[in-house]
Amino acid sequence: MNYHVDEKGYYGDFGGAYIPEMLYPNVEELRTTYLEIMNEPSFKEEFNQLLKDYVGRPSPLYYAKRLSEKYKTKVYLKREDLNHTGAHKINNTIGQILVAKKLGKNRIIAETGAGQHGVATATVCALAGIQCIVYMGEIDIKRQAPNVARMKMLGAEVRAAKSGSKTLKDATNEAIRDWINNPVDTHYIIGSAIGPHPYPDMVTRFQSIISEEIKWQLKEKENRENPDYVVACIGGGSNAAGTYYHFLNAPEVGIIAVEAAGKGIHSGESAATSKLGKDGIIHGCKTLLMQSADGQITEPYSISAGLDYPGVGPMHSHLARTGRAEFFSVTDDDAMASGLELSQLEGIIPAIETSHALAIFNEKKFEPDDIVVISLSGRGDKDLNTYIDYFKL
Amino acid sequence: MNRINQKLNEDKKLLSIYFTAGYPSLNNTVTILEQLEASGVDMVEIGLPFSDPLADGPTIQDSSTKALHNGMTTVKLFEQLEGIREKVSIPLIIMGYFNPIMQYGVEAFCTKCAKLGIDGLIIPDLPVAEYDEHYRAIFEKYGLVNVFLITPQTSEDRIHFIDSVSNGFIYMVSSASVTGSTSGFGNAQEEYFKRIASMKLKNPQIVGFGINNAETFKQATNTTKGAIIGSAFIKMITEKGVHGISSFIKAIR
Repeated sequence: MNYHVDEKGYYGDFGGAYIPEMLYPNVEELRTTYLEIMNEPSFKEEFNQLLKDYVGRPSPLYYAKRLSEKYKTKVYLKREDLNHTGAHKINNTIGQILVAKKLGKNRIIAETGAGQHGVATATVCALAGIQCIVYMGEIDIKRQAPNVARMKMLGAEVRAAKSGSKTLKDATNEAIRDWINNPVDTHYIIGSAIGPHPYPDMVTRFQSIISEEIKWQLKEKENRENPDYVVACIGGGSNAAGTYYHFLNAPEVGIIAVEAAGKGIHSGESAATSKLGKDGIIHGCKTLLMQSADGQITEPYSISAGLDYPGVGPMHSHLARTGRAEFFSVTDDDAMASGLELSQLEGIIPAIETSHALAIFNEKKFEPDDIVVISLSGRGDKDLNTYIDYFKL
Repeated sequence: MNRINQKLNEDKKLLSIYFTAGYPSLNNTVTILEQLEASGVDMVEIGLPFSDPLADGPTIQDSSTKALHNGMTTVKLFEQLEGIREKVSIPLIIMGYFNPIMQYGVEAFCTKCAKLGIDGLIIPDLPVAEYDEHYRAIFEKYGLVNVFLITPQTSEDRIHFIDSVSNGFIYMVSSASVTGSTSGFGNAQEEYFKRIASMKLKNPQIVGFGINNAETFKQATNTTKGAIIGSAFIKMITEKGVHGISSFIKAIR
């Protein structure tokens, strides 16, 4: 079984590039050049240098002793929360800004949900001295105010997406419309492992540094490269894609995806795409998609702005369909409790997205000698207001 | 012969109108079609509304959102179009995004279209290569014309490929934009229109995006077969309702 993208841009039944003709030249330019650009020695050197000196990589692989004791298994946390800007998102934006420069683009657009990708994009645009416009749902602008302020300080313009549910899906629509209107000078930095081919593959490759590091770090600590399980939360699925990448073809590594069940999978307020989705098309790719019987895209819900997406990256749809990955859905309440638990057991306040991954211990029992690596995809600073409201702190 | 191909053979510049089915009211569809024909419109694109219309600007987005809110669905639209060929004889095209069509089932959708007397489809987010490989045979089996878009950025090779796969007309997007966002045509469009005309394509071209009055209609059809008006028509119907159709169309030509 192949879990990587094929030459037509598909992962099994999913993927492709379902885009209006207006976007074809841009996407085609990217498709025909991205691998060549990424493989240039000068590109690799600059990318790796920035990951080291600017992002602060490698991110630690931390043995969580008290969490391990509580759940009677060996838990390692991959500390993407310690990256510059506070999440894994910057791995991809560093890569894509370098691609944009190679393509001679001088204007960057991005979509953002929780604001982490927006901040990571604004950051690399400041670094490169390139104009940056970030589309963000009007509702997310309200619930992620600190990240909006950060983007503005970094010199980006934040434009409110006021259509539809006014969240990540709609911000993505607006960014795509901007790209249609500005086809020549603009590069669109998609933040998740979604979009038309080659975006899911390109984003996954830039994020694959996560699993690349896990392998040698685990070798140092446990004298083995492969854990028994890798666990990540999934919205669109970029941190998950990076966490799984180097283990996809190692069947002894269990792949676990945790998505947001919101107020319950069947509550009508959920983002549990693997349970509620059917094959459909969103933002340029064929993938599992929450939709009505009539094919209208459903407005999802999660307490976490980063998981509040009605689809999932096409690679993940393929992992779900083939059974290569096990999917779990975690409610707001269980995620919040797990976020609080990690704070008090390990002294780490996670992003609410990440708290969903940590709730895996309610869903699945591990053996005492299992090695479970969880992607700690982001830190919780941006979510303090939500935590304060929820726990009445 | 398909009604679209017949119409394209007529010795005149064609005026085509896009409207969103289910807007302004759920049950306007047949009335709008009848009035468009009575006003002298040559062809109509019936918009099947979608929740996430990526290629559309605010006017068509709003009309789509409201149409869905009014209760428009694929099944509902097909119900409304039952018997339409007893009332309207101009070519009818359904324009919609691919996901709702995929959920209905591509072959089932085409069967239904053929049965109702729909002549063609425009699916902006179904790429030409995908169509050619997976769906072309189905469309052709049911005698449907499938229409592809080209833009000022489309390469010459690709235009020739699109021309080879097309069996009706080519939808020429006037400028790099979503619908409803340009005003007037400048030198860049003039040059683009001339460049395409000089390519001597086998399919005639009809221009869309940015046509909103008699002047832009004339400019757009100078070197092409016709033009499509969408957002400007929706704005009019928002303000004046179906009673405004006749005077709007007469003012165009």
